[in-house]
Amino acid sequence: MNFIAQFLQRAILQGTPLLFGATGEIITEKSGNLNLGIPGIMYVGAISGVIGGFFYQNSVKSVNPFLAIMIPLLSCLLGALLASLIYCFLTITLHANQNVTGLALTTFGVGFGNFFGGSLIKITKSEVPYVALTKIAKYYHSSFPFAKKLGWFGTLFFSYGFLVYLAVILAIVATVLLKRSRIGLQLRAVGENPATADAAGINVTGYKYFATCIGGMVAGLGGLYFIMDYSGGIWSNNGFGDRGWLAIAIVIFAMWRPNLAIFASYLFGGLYILFNYINAKMQLLPIIQMIPYVVTILALILTSIRKKRENQPPASLGLSYFREER
Amino acid sequence: MSDSIALQLRNISKRFGSIQAVRNVDLDVRHGEILALLGENGSGKTTLMNMIAGIYFPDEGQIFVDGEEATIHSPKDAFRYKIGMIHQHFKLVDVFTAAENIVLGIREGARFNLSETEKKVADITEKYGFEIDPRKKIYDMAVSEKQTVEILKVLYRGADILILDEPTAVLTPQEIDKLFAVLRRMREDGKSIIIITHKLHEVMAISDRVAVLRKGEHIATVETAKTTEAELTEMMVGKKVTLNIERSEPKNSADRLTVEGLSLKNHEGTQVLDNVSFTARSGEILGIAGIAGSGQKELLEAIAGLQHLESGDMIFRNPKKDQPVTFFHKDLHRVKQLAAEGAFRYEDGKTVDFTGMSDKEIRQIVNDGKVLFKEDEIIDLKDKTPLQIRELGIRLSFVPEDRLGMGLVGNMDIVDNMMLRSYRKGKSVFVDRTKPGALADKIIHDLQVVTPSAHTPVRRLSGGNVQKVLVGREIAAAPKVLMAAYPVRGLDINSSYMIYNLLNEQKENGTAVIFVGEDLDVLIALCDRILVMCGGKVSGIVDGRGAQKEKIGLMMTKTEGSV
Repeated sequence: MNFIAQFLQRAILQGTPLLFGATGEIITEKSGNLNLGIPGIMYVGAISGVIGGFFYQNSVKSVNPFLAIMIPLLSCLLGALLASLIYCFLTITLHANQNVTGLALTTFGVGFGNFFGGSLIKITKSEVPYVALTKIAKYYHSSFPFAKKLGWFGTLFFSYGFLVYLAVILAIVATVLLKRSRIGLQLRAVGENPATADAAGINVTGYKYFATCIGGMVAGLGGLYFIMDYSGGIWSNNGFGDRGWLAIAIVIFAMWRPNLAIFASYLFGGLYILFNYINAKMQLLPIIQMIPYVVTILALILTSIRKKRENQPPASLGLSYFREER
Repeated sequence: MSDSIALQLRNISKRFGSIQAVRNVDLDVRHGEILALLGENGSGKTTLMNMIAGIYFPDEGQIFVDGEEATIHSPKDAFRYKIGMIHQHFKLVDVFTAAENIVLGIREGARFNLSETEKKVADITEKYGFEIDPRKKIYDMAVSEKQTVEILKVLYRGADILILDEPTAVLTPQEIDKLFAVLRRMREDGKSIIIITHKLHEVMAISDRVAVLRKGEHIATVETAKTTEAELTEMMVGKKVTLNIERSEPKNSADRLTVEGLSLKNHEGTQVLDNVSFTARSGEILGIAGIAGSGQKELLEAIAGLQHLESGDMIFRNPKKDQPVTFFHKDLHRVKQLAAEGAFRYEDGKTVDFTGMSDKEIRQIVNDGKVLFKEDEIIDLKDKTPLQIRELGIRLSFVPEDRLGMGLVGNMDIVDNMMLRSYRKGKSVFVDRTKPGALADKIIHDLQVVTPSAHTPVRRLSGGNVQKVLVGREIAAAPKVLMAAYPVRGLDINSSYMIYNLLNEQKENGTAVIFVGEDLDVLIALCDRILVMCGGKVSGIVDGRGAQKEKIGLMMTKTEGSV
């Protein structure tokens, strides 16, 4: 039992950044914006949090728990917001191609992260190629004190930092808002048929900006979580890896539903670390790491065959909206 | 019916570029009446209504709602004045339910409550006798249900003046009856309804008064009970205008294309062509008249092989009689087969018999041009691909409403657009640009296309010049059947005449020309015979010489059964 609980716990830890990214991307895509810049935005979110935390940790003798959490959190959100605004301005206001803009933003975001990550490493003059924010990360990592007393149950449910719970809460809130609220209805209308939404008096541009920025900020938290909680406050260049792309794969796998994305993320997280738990040869490692993507392709094939309209992407996903010139 | 005025239009005018779409229109709509707005294509009906609904803003004139002047800049403004319009193209989100679509964009109540909306919708449907399930998804709905949702959207927003743009175009007769019942109930409720249509029998059936528009001008408004269909037709089409188009007598006319019992449905399951039969003859211009959307486009596309037929036959008689058999390597099998059927003769009249000859000998004889066809080749177009049909010399030049949608690629230059028809030719891996280049230059010169060069993207040319390029390209292939749909759409007089002359030239060269036009005067002046379509059916074929405009107008607006 303990072994299984431990595996699941690791899967959840591994799946949480994916969940942030997927929830953010779903909110964005529901407005009709296919933001392939999400992997980059997650990098930007991570490094922004690290920069904030780094200067705070270096400027005080003893860290205040509240500020230790809030400063990296707010700088992460600000960084992700600015990166999302770049995407919004290019695709919504200037009608640039969404795919090209998104891919460019990812390249930019990764480079941005590595550049400032490298700069911080230079500042610390450390021997090793990483930045350690352990004093701050402690607070991100701390969980319920009673978890250890509860055995496997505690391990599975109460052993996480607050961001893990936040990811789940955000996904559930997003589900409810999209499905049950007026804002959700109008946002979905924008992503499905912007001309109709426009005719109904909905501010299409406003909704697209709003959803893309909120989505980007949620995704940015995934990057922050990865550094502050998962990695224990250690930033190393390229450490975040390809998790952003996995998040986008989850969006498809979960059929644009944040509640399904919770399970999908943990499933993908489990597949991501599966090789640690089975006695496979090292040569097989890339094949095992490939599984999540194969599963996504299978999911795409299945949903395409079934053709249920609710499981399809928003109808105007990836398209710019021009109001017809009269 | 009360006599108080709900909506007044005074001196409304609107122009688009050089075209005066609506000119000085005065119109009154009363409370509790159904007003039919009647007119041909391009008479300005929809433009006029769009100005009331806030889609266009009038250049001149005033709109009064309940006696007070109204300024309507957007559909939202229109709703403030309780005016709602149901457009021909539905604006609905497919994956939403009826109720979700209805409530979209409305801010009411602090909490968002769909079940309350559903209840309110149910109240409205009960009141007026609609049949709709508010929880049904749009993508599961038939066209008539979608239309119901659009009407409900407008009623839900509290509209008192409803404008319906050709609401019956997409409905079956039973559905039309239901819609009319609903409209009558709304009238009893005191609502004012304006219905745009060009179907005369519907006008007679539903309306209290009829306003007739022609070429953007308001001709008259009459009480439906005090008028006749014939009188309305005359107001609608106007007096005959004599045009100075030359029309030669057809020479050596022979059947070229025979269409029998053609039927087909569109994606939405509406019957767009219903048992259409006719024959196009060589050396003759066959006109096709009809209100836009009566199946003209689908008919031409079916002939070109672009539609999936439900039933019917299309027989093409390839004019091969007494022509030498042309020969390509891959045709050997076919040539042998035809010879065995006795389709060929030698110059002296003896039947060709290839038995006992080697392939090489056969090729030799045929290539020497000694083998002639005995009769015209009869080809069933149903088995052919669009490419094969085109290769047979059946050419379609279709000028759609947006003019550039079909046949030409806007971002490519004239030469490249010529190449769209020739890129498969030749054996080299590289395409031949010389011949298309020469053709482009020839078209620019012959048809006086105004362009900086043959390398200007066609979307930068003016509409008339684009059309000349399109029609010119199809004519250049010396087609045996030329189908030209709306080739003069939006052209000025001179360019139009140039196109008419081109078509006449083709006719004199023995081509069977099929000309789909909008202007009845032109059809009557240009065509040898005119096929009139109405609602996907052929309502008759009349001789172009001495055809009466009123008669054709009546045929265009009548569905089967009402004579």
